[in-house]
Amino acid sequence: MTGVREPLLSISDLCVDYITDDGNARAVNKVNLDIYPGETVGLAGESGCGKSTLAFAIANLHNAPALITGGKINFQGRDILTLSPEELRQFRWSKASMVFQSAMNSLNPVITIGDQLVDVVLAHETISVTEAEKRAIAMLDMVGIHASRIKSYPHQLSGGMRQRVVIAIALILRPKLIIMDEPTTALDVVVERDIMDQLYDLKEQLGFAILFISHDLGLMGQITDRIGIMYAGQMVELGETEGIIANPQHPYTQGLLSSFPTIHGPKERLEGIPGNPLNLLDVPAGCYFQDRCSQCDTICIDVMPNIEVLQVPDERQVACHKVSQGDAL
Amino acid sequence: MNQLTEATMVEQVVTNETGSQSVEVENLVIDFALDNALFNRQYMRALNGVSFSIKAGEAMALVGESGSGKSTCARTLCRLYKPTDGVLKLNGRDINASGSKMTQTELAKQIQMIFQDPFGSLNPVHTIRHQMYRPIRIHMPELKGDAIEDYMLSILERVGLSPAKQTADKFPHELSGGQRQRVAIARALATGAKFILADEPISMLDVSIRLGILNLMADMKEEGIGFLYITHDIATARYFAERTGVMYVGHMVEWGNSDSVTQNPQHPYTQLLISAVPEVGRKRGNATVDGKKSQIPLWKPDSKGCPFAARCPKVTDQCHTEMPSVTEVAEDHFVRCFAL
Repeated sequence: MTGVREPLLSISDLCVDYITDDGNARAVNKVNLDIYPGETVGLAGESGCGKSTLAFAIANLHNAPALITGGKINFQGRDILTLSPEELRQFRWSKASMVFQSAMNSLNPVITIGDQLVDVVLAHETISVTEAEKRAIAMLDMVGIHASRIKSYPHQLSGGMRQRVVIAIALILRPKLIIMDEPTTALDVVVERDIMDQLYDLKEQLGFAILFISHDLGLMGQITDRIGIMYAGQMVELGETEGIIANPQHPYTQGLLSSFPTIHGPKERLEGIPGNPLNLLDVPAGCYFQDRCSQCDTICIDVMPNIEVLQVPDERQVACHKVSQGDAL
Repeated sequence: MNQLTEATMVEQVVTNETGSQSVEVENLVIDFALDNALFNRQYMRALNGVSFSIKAGEAMALVGESGSGKSTCARTLCRLYKPTDGVLKLNGRDINASGSKMTQTELAKQIQMIFQDPFGSLNPVHTIRHQMYRPIRIHMPELKGDAIEDYMLSILERVGLSPAKQTADKFPHELSGGQRQRVAIARALATGAKFILADEPISMLDVSIRLGILNLMADMKEEGIGFLYITHDIATARYFAERTGVMYVGHMVEWGNSDSVTQNPQHPYTQLLISAVPEVGRKRGNATVDGKKSQIPLWKPDSKGCPFAARCPKVTDQCHTEMPSVTEVAEDHFVRCFAL
């Protein structure tokens, strides 16, 4: 990463809490992340690790019981968390848009897809309806849907086509950043690959940055530039995709990578990660991963590791005592 | 390569299986009505001539995209659907025979199912103990009083839910997804079932606990239970199952030994499927196989030809008019394709 470039989005020390009757669960815990223009950053981790909560926080979409309790989110130099409701409305979608987890169900079933695209344009720009319709047709064409389908209702489209429509809606205002929260989880692999190829063609044309959230490290390894691994609300490892895949440092990353049987490669019994995900209402004093870690030591039980930049091999950031001490993992 | 006719295929399956415990599916055909018309009712063919067998202590995986008929196979084996044509045999006995009909209890004692969604498959208002007791009372009538409790606790221990006593007192919402799926497996085991039909058992679970469930099922396989493992993830099929069948629009297009099918795929659809699987460490954009962009066909009883013809890169005129016959390309590896 060249130091001169200004990050598009800069998240610093972000904390998001869920306020419950049993106490506060910190779903995102002091996370730092920069996204540069045109870059694809992946966020991986198991369910409940805070990756979707972090994505919601970027668009400041949180409602009670979720509360952003600390940190800053700077988008092109402006703090999202201090914007007025009207400024926020303008920011959302025209600067940063989202493709949600169940994208298949995020379309309104009783409105045609053309109208849904036109609505988005008219909500943000003062142009005529015919002009907006032209934009909608052009956008649908870009994602590979023929203009004749503009009067179709969502149920008349296949899952893959609905996903393309959702991507078209996310891109129609030409945002600088698109946040994709498990965009292809519900699709089968052949459709998934087609959509990802198309998205990358569009990315080359339009030059947006992607924050890609998924638990599928295989897919992520193929499409992202950098990957952040989250566990129990904390960023435990962050670095260049190739480095993380080839040489994971944090024990959780190592476990996660060995949780996927491969289609080629040797066939052997994999053990994955023992134990269950951490209960955020009952967190230990030291490292959050201690119960499931095979390397756990006294220092891990007592002291929370901070995320530190390693000198070798790349500018990898890892939050683990064992790695900082230089013990070979 | 030796060409086999349909008849000899079925014969082979039959002669292989006499004696040992097995589930056999022979030329299964299922039609679903598309409307309620009195005359000229339209049908779709959800399964067309599907044959496979599951032996005790072995797993057979069915792989394919949504709508390819994988779950329909499993549901027909539980007698949730009646086959339009074809024979389903459990230990050599036809489960749909009209004469000495097998009761549902008899069938359920042998074949159990595990579903995709562990959040929906357990009753939220009852404790785990209650949900475990019911299949035990029905299928293990010889157990009385404390024996039921002891048996239940031993099953819960066996699926890795220790301490079993505390787990039994819990309600489903107090358990994690992985633990709930273990309860679902425990319920299937408690009946003494010899065959378990697992319909996408891990796809709704967290990545970090998927392997735990797969390994638990692999251990049960060692103990002599046969599995039908339905999945869209061909990598886990290879990991868990000895044999794999690839389905496309209700047809089994390629099947046989899992390693042979995944390492040396012969059918264009299998090649497309395998090249699309994202894999750790492989860069995007160097996929070797491309399918033609085309809609997946709706198969009807009078449809002709190969179901994959519209998307196949190696398509010929013959593919549109004739169903390819089965070719044995290697030992225990069968393909239904002209372009071999």
